[in-house]
Amino acid sequence: MSELANTRPSPSPNTGPDRGQLAQLFRQFIDPDFVIEDPETQKPYECDGLSMYCEMPLLVVLPETVEQVQQVMKICHQHQVPVVARGAGTGLCAGAMPNRQGVLLSLAKFKRILEIDPLGRTARVQPGVRNLAISEAAARHGLYYGPDPSSQIACTIGGNVAENSGGVHCLKYGLTVHNVLKVELITVEGERLTIGSGGLDSPGMDLLALLNGSEGLLGVVTEVTVKLLPIPEKARVVMAAFDSVQAAGDAVGGIIAEGIIPAGLEMMDSHAIRAAEDFARAGYPKDAQALLLCEVDGTCEEVQEHIERVEQLFHRFGATSIRTSQSEAERALLWKGRKSAFPAVGRISPDYYCMDGTIPRGQLAHVLTEMQKMSEHYGLRVANVFHAGDGNLHPLILFDANVPGEFEKTEAFGAKILELCVQVGGCITGEHGVGIEKIRQMPVQFNPEELAQFHRIKAAFDPAGTLNPGKGVPTLRQCQEYRSIEPPSAEHPAPSSCGGSHV
Amino acid sequence: MSDLTRQLQQQVLSARSEGRQLNIVGGGSKAFMGRQSSGDLLDVGQHRGVVSYQPVELVVTARAGTPIGEIEALLEEQGQMLAFEPPRFSDQSTLGGTLACNLSGPGRPWQGSMRDHLLGIRLINGRGEALRFGGQVMKNVAGYDVSRLMAGAMGTLGVITEVSLKVLPRPACQVTLVESMGLDEALRVSNERAATPKPISAVCWWQGKLHTRLAGARSSVESTVQQWGGEPYSEADEFWRQLRDQQLEFFAGDTPLWRFSVSPTAPQPALDGEWLVDWGGAQRWLRAAGDIERYEPVAKEMGGSVTLFKGGDRSGEVFHSQPHALQTLQQRLKRGFDPDSLFNPGRLYSWM
Repeated sequence: MSELANTRPSPSPNTGPDRGQLAQLFRQFIDPDFVIEDPETQKPYECDGLSMYCEMPLLVVLPETVEQVQQVMKICHQHQVPVVARGAGTGLCAGAMPNRQGVLLSLAKFKRILEIDPLGRTARVQPGVRNLAISEAAARHGLYYGPDPSSQIACTIGGNVAENSGGVHCLKYGLTVHNVLKVELITVEGERLTIGSGGLDSPGMDLLALLNGSEGLLGVVTEVTVKLLPIPEKARVVMAAFDSVQAAGDAVGGIIAEGIIPAGLEMMDSHAIRAAEDFARAGYPKDAQALLLCEVDGTCEEVQEHIERVEQLFHRFGATSIRTSQSEAERALLWKGRKSAFPAVGRISPDYYCMDGTIPRGQLAHVLTEMQKMSEHYGLRVANVFHAGDGNLHPLILFDANVPGEFEKTEAFGAKILELCVQVGGCITGEHGVGIEKIRQMPVQFNPEELAQFHRIKAAFDPAGTLNPGKGVPTLRQCQEYRSIEPPSAEHPAPSSCGGSHV
Repeated sequence: MSDLTRQLQQQVLSARSEGRQLNIVGGGSKAFMGRQSSGDLLDVGQHRGVVSYQPVELVVTARAGTPIGEIEALLEEQGQMLAFEPPRFSDQSTLGGTLACNLSGPGRPWQGSMRDHLLGIRLINGRGEALRFGGQVMKNVAGYDVSRLMAGAMGTLGVITEVSLKVLPRPACQVTLVESMGLDEALRVSNERAATPKPISAVCWWQGKLHTRLAGARSSVESTVQQWGGEPYSEADEFWRQLRDQQLEFFAGDTPLWRFSVSPTAPQPALDGEWLVDWGGAQRWLRAAGDIERYEPVAKEMGGSVTLFKGGDRSGEVFHSQPHALQTLQQRLKRGFDPDSLFNPGRLYSWM
């Protein structure tokens, strides 16, 4: 127990410079307008995409050179001031929520695409470059960047690395970790490191994989080199409606068994279908219980061949209606409903809360049935969109934040969903990250020894624990607090020894 | 076919309490890789067997000592495969060893590597704790990616006991085209082709010939063959297998074998020796006496690194040197997993 405590000390109370003194230090090398002290200007930085979690930082700084970032890190390191790095703030786990005693380090000014190598099929970009901007810049060479999170218009590549972001095309094209070749990292001490190379692998431990998804706890990324892929000759999407979730789930299994890896394979349940159709007018059948969107891409011949097989297969699995895109416009329309599912659900409820569990595909019907029971238990509606290809479930819990206690109830419901995901062999987060939001569920997925191992990894990079403190991995103390708040029930036992002295 | 996790844990704990170091061995087929290491044998080879295989989930989980051949035979029955084409340097090549060495075959640039297909692991760390990271689902971003950290660590962080991998359907059709051309032209042609949306799955140049493998839907492969021209190679399967397992004549003999992992577009350097270029230019093999100090700047200029893969002096460094800061980080990580330095001392670097 003592060892664990030592590997992750909380940053000591600020005995160093106060807000004004720190701002003075930064203004010596950063444009004074971008060292932000006043609450009004700081306000936009108080949260990320998960606005239920807010905090005001000590200071916001927006450096514009790597040297300035290094200098910020050195000063913060010297005075043991926490640092929280931030891209576009589109994250959904409060991973970029500021620290009250710390510096919020915005990388928003790092917006340049430094180099595109069309022959080598790579792009070297600054971390504040938007995900979609990479594909837009690469398009004239017939190339694009694979991972496409639904926030891709706004989210930045630096944030994508921090969260190991996915998207609707992961099953075929992978996550961020599969598409990043090299990063430049500023360590907590302010040292500049290059991790990865121009080759496909590097000798030694795979630090590049470790950084992807590390949620800003190990360092600050100041440059990213990504792999670019040739834009497929053709892409078409088949929409199929089913009268039960089970039938749609079986059809998903059928496609995989057929030996086809779709570029995208998405499912929506009846709540999501109706909301999306009312919002986007994509032509979804509103009486369907489940809807599948299956996109196939590749050469023209391959798409033709696979589309026919997918259509036949959906018929065989009892689809009540099938529609295949005949043009790019129609493909875009069919996707529009799915891509606007979140805002669409936002229209049928004052608020919604998006969860992010993963499950083995075969467990889908069971999980949805259980979720329906929970929905009745908590008296809260839930709509489901599902990256069916890779088992990533996004239940959207509908609630009203103005009703006292309803958000707390929503959080409790969400926690139960994540626990269910772990029970059936899945995990608590597929692509949104842990941040602060899911830190309570970490002990459901990991035992104390595993959590301790995470802390030792953290300590190798950040011994004093000043990088994004309190996020990602719960401390021993947090584990104990969660345990005292929520006594284990027979149905959902708490991890047996969370908080036990095992080390 | 048994679970020996507890016995392995016991062996680790005994070694720890007795101050002994351990040399982790699966099938022993990759004993030639890495630096000479010392330590008592820790045999993982008997900890074997497929734990679960769900074709529809595209996931296989097996104990670390399971031979690669056994897993592939099982997948083949369902028309699936390990898309990273793990090399088998002998029949005994195991899953755990393949992960520790991060070995992938000819299809790697297009289908991904061992580490790319990795979903989760079980591991015994230097405290003798049996830990589980990742899982059996395609996506999992809870906690750090400990699983992939093992890829290429040469067993220095712990004993890998179980591995879950993504599997993929076998392509419906494969055709290999062979064209005569010099290496410079081959690099240009293969990079240009790789930037087009055609179903390429492997590209290798050797002895004045460029071998290009196409894989996917039949219609797609056939139309590409028509567009590019060239004769389909009748002994292609054997060629790719021998390349994967290093059984081509190029790999025979005792001359040191060097591996350059570099940018696929890097111009070919003027170094003496015979070359075989795989991965469309990203993995270049050299047979030459040479020494690592001389090759490192060359590999760096080519955007990557060099390894003395086989033969030569294995008491010196065999992997490309690391900048001081990265060396320090990896030493700290090592201590975090293996505080008493039990596992594979010096196998990766003299300082590890």
